Amino acid sequence: MYVNQFLFLASVLFCIGVYGVIARKNAVLILMSIELILNSVNINLLTFALRNGSADGHTFALYIIAVAAAEVGVGLGLVLLVYRNKKTISVDDLSEMRG
Amino acid sequence: MSLFAKESEVLAPLATGWFLEHAWLIPVVPAIAFALIILIGKRLPMKGSELGVLSMVASLVLSAGAAYQWIQRVNSAAEEQFVTPVIKSWSWWQSGGLDFGIGQHIDGLSIVVLFVVAFISTLVQIYSLEYLRGDRRYTHFFAALTLFSGGMLAMVLADNMILFLLGWEIMGLCSFLLIGHWWEEDANSRAALKAFFTVRVGDIGLLVGISMLYFSANEWTQENLGVSGFSIRGISAWALSGEPNSTVIMIAAIALFIASIGKSGQFPLHTWLPDAMAGPTPVSSLLHSSTMVVAGVFLVARLYPVFFVGLDILGSGGNLIMIIGGITIVISAALAFVQNDIKRVLAYSTVSQLGYMMLGLGAGAWLPAVFHIFTHAFFKACLFLGAGSISHSASHHSFDMKRDMGGLRKVMPITFSTWIISTLALCGVFPFSGFFSKDEIIDNVGNNGYNTFMIIGLLGAFMTAAYMTRATYLTFFGEPRGASAGDSSHAAHDVHATPDAHATHDSHGPHESGLLITVPLMILSVLALGSGFLNATPFGESWERMKLWVEPRAVEVVDATYSGGPGESLIVNLPSAEESHSKSVCGSATPETGVCFAPQLQHAKFKWSKAMISMVIVFLGIAISWILSVLLFTRRDPRLVGLTQRVKVLGLGHNFLVNKYYLDHLYEKVIVHSIAHPISRAAYWFNQNILDGILHGFAKSTRTISDWVYKNVDQRVVDSTVNNSATFTKSVGTAAQPTQSGKVSQYGALLFSAAAIAALVLVIINT
Repeated sequence: MYVNQFLFLASVLFCIGVYGVIARKNAVLILMSIELILNSVNINLLTFALRNGSADGHTFALYIIAVAAAEVGVGLGLVLLVYRNKKTISVDDLSEMRG
Repeated sequence: MSLFAKESEVLAPLATGWFLEHAWLIPVVPAIAFALIILIGKRLPMKGSELGVLSMVASLVLSAGAAYQWIQRVNSAAEEQFVTPVIKSWSWWQSGGLDFGIGQHIDGLSIVVLFVVAFISTLVQIYSLEYLRGDRRYTHFFAALTLFSGGMLAMVLADNMILFLLGWEIMGLCSFLLIGHWWEEDANSRAALKAFFTVRVGDIGLLVGISMLYFSANEWTQENLGVSGFSIRGISAWALSGEPNSTVIMIAAIALFIASIGKSGQFPLHTWLPDAMAGPTPVSSLLHSSTMVVAGVFLVARLYPVFFVGLDILGSGGNLIMIIGGITIVISAALAFVQNDIKRVLAYSTVSQLGYMMLGLGAGAWLPAVFHIFTHAFFKACLFLGAGSISHSASHHSFDMKRDMGGLRKVMPITFSTWIISTLALCGVFPFSGFFSKDEIIDNVGNNGYNTFMIIGLLGAFMTAAYMTRATYLTFFGEPRGASAGDSSHAAHDVHATPDAHATHDSHGPHESGLLITVPLMILSVLALGSGFLNATPFGESWERMKLWVEPRAVEVVDATYSGGPGESLIVNLPSAEESHSKSVCGSATPETGVCFAPQLQHAKFKWSKAMISMVIVFLGIAISWILSVLLFTRRDPRLVGLTQRVKVLGLGHNFLVNKYYLDHLYEKVIVHSIAHPISRAAYWFNQNILDGILHGFAKSTRTISDWVYKNVDQRVVDSTVNNSATFTKSVGTAAQPTQSGKVSQYGALLFSAAAIAALVLVIINT
């Protein structure tokens, strides 16, 4: 089994995700980028789970999918509320937390 | 081997039984009953009194069983065999290498006193059911009464001095509670305090004595008997072993005797006893007949070897115990003549009779003294309960003979006849019980060579007969006076009881008391008449039961081994058979082959001629006193009435007696003032000048120091540290401020670069 390809795919996905989080202004797209990062981690976990023949990685992956679903739910809820109050979802306009 | 066989032929194994082995239950039952009465007594149908009565009945049954089995044990012993006490001991607590035991020591003496205490307590509790009916603190009264008996029982069967002290102190506490039962009246609580503190003066002697005995005897007893220096058995053997230093044991004996003086109301600490009459009459009865005051006599009888050796009993000349006993007999009997309160007459009579017991113990008449405890308990309890019966039913709670009594023999036939029987017993008229015990004491005192004290004893007998005749005449003969004549107008009600004690009691004229009161009286009067026959010396050896059962045999005991283990009986056995037939060396020389537990004492041969002398003296006392009483109180003979006012010398004497030899003045005005007042003044001066000076100086220096600390330590060190850390934090915060841009993407970039650096570091570390 070629572990390299899977790991390469995962790292590419991870980098795309990180780029999305840092560079995108749209809050929904940032959430999607976070999903990408989480799924690249899932791929990593599954790769090593298959290679080592243990069920731990699968369990973790399932767990992460469940948490990610919840996280997206909460995240989209936040975005919806922000849009109602500010009429924008651009994160650059939401800089009230500046110290 | 043959020697061993021979010895076991001589020695019969001693019988024992359940009641002897479990005698420790006797005080435990009242103790439990006390706790129950306190906890749930008020909710019970009879307000807790039934628990008290039941527990005393149980104790009585247990003591009677133990007495029966003890007699069997004595009967199973050989002629000259030492009847081993039934001893059980457990470890109570340990501290610093000292082992404080708890346990029972059952021998003839404990059996007699246990039985008497349980018996009198039972009757007194039954009597109290009626006497205190409707009292405000009915439940508490029974609780204290039960604990009181429990304390005495524990003290009597104690196997060591620590338990003895415990019982002794429980009694001291309960006597305080009971004497001050009606504490609403100032006089009663004062009497309770006086009793408590006077006895405490003596108690110090007990503590000193116990400690001295422990530290001087412990080594010997551990080595030879395997018991601690608190053990009564160990102390007894040690005292007779020829081991103790004569000065040490003398001081220990004197210290213990001071405790006896306090508890047993001997001169000069007898002043609390008459005041203790402030308590309810059943309490006086219990206190004066079988418990409390007997405790002091019991202490001397229990540790007799210590006193025997320490105070040189049977030596030439008098010793401290005899002198105190002799003085007490005469002075308290003299005081009884000037009392108008019937209970006070009886109180002084008790003091005087306790003097007889002490005299007997001091003169080497151990058995007669113990026998006198036994007989005295019955007739004195009967007299006190009789006085209570009179005040309860005839004189509206007054105890004043001159004002509220007189002519009661017709209305109270049962009280009258029991009173007469007990009075005759107290005076020592043949064949009443007092004759057998008191006469034996006087006889033995003379027989041991103390003629002066024998004369004092006879004088005491004369005075006893005279004052009891006076009291009897004033109470039961002549014309009714005051309350007993149906006159309830004057305020006798303020004398001894709380108002609610009267509420249930209607105030019609004098009448006989109810069955709960008269039945105990009748039982006690039968014993006052009959108990003397247990040791009736005039009828020969076979009647001397008490001597056989109670007196410890003065034989040397060898191979005294302790079988060990908690709860195990001590087995002391195998006296040397050859020596037992010769005269015992116990008490007179150092035992060579074993240990002694009792000194060898002699018994006077009874002679009718000697008895007749004392009988004549007693009858003379009764006759003279009767004639004088008739002349003085009924005929109002002008030659006698007001004699003390007319003749100056007699007036002075009368005053001297009325003021109780000014002893109370001496104690309160002279001793307390001269000691306590300078002490308090000195303490005040010390307080003002030295303590306050130290305090002020200390405060001043503390202030100076704290000022310096404030300026230097607090301001400079502590505050500057705090300020500097705050400043540092502030500058760091200012420096880091730009990173807080509020832009989420910037935060994300920081987060991921930090994660990337951390990952790099991890990779570098792991490779």
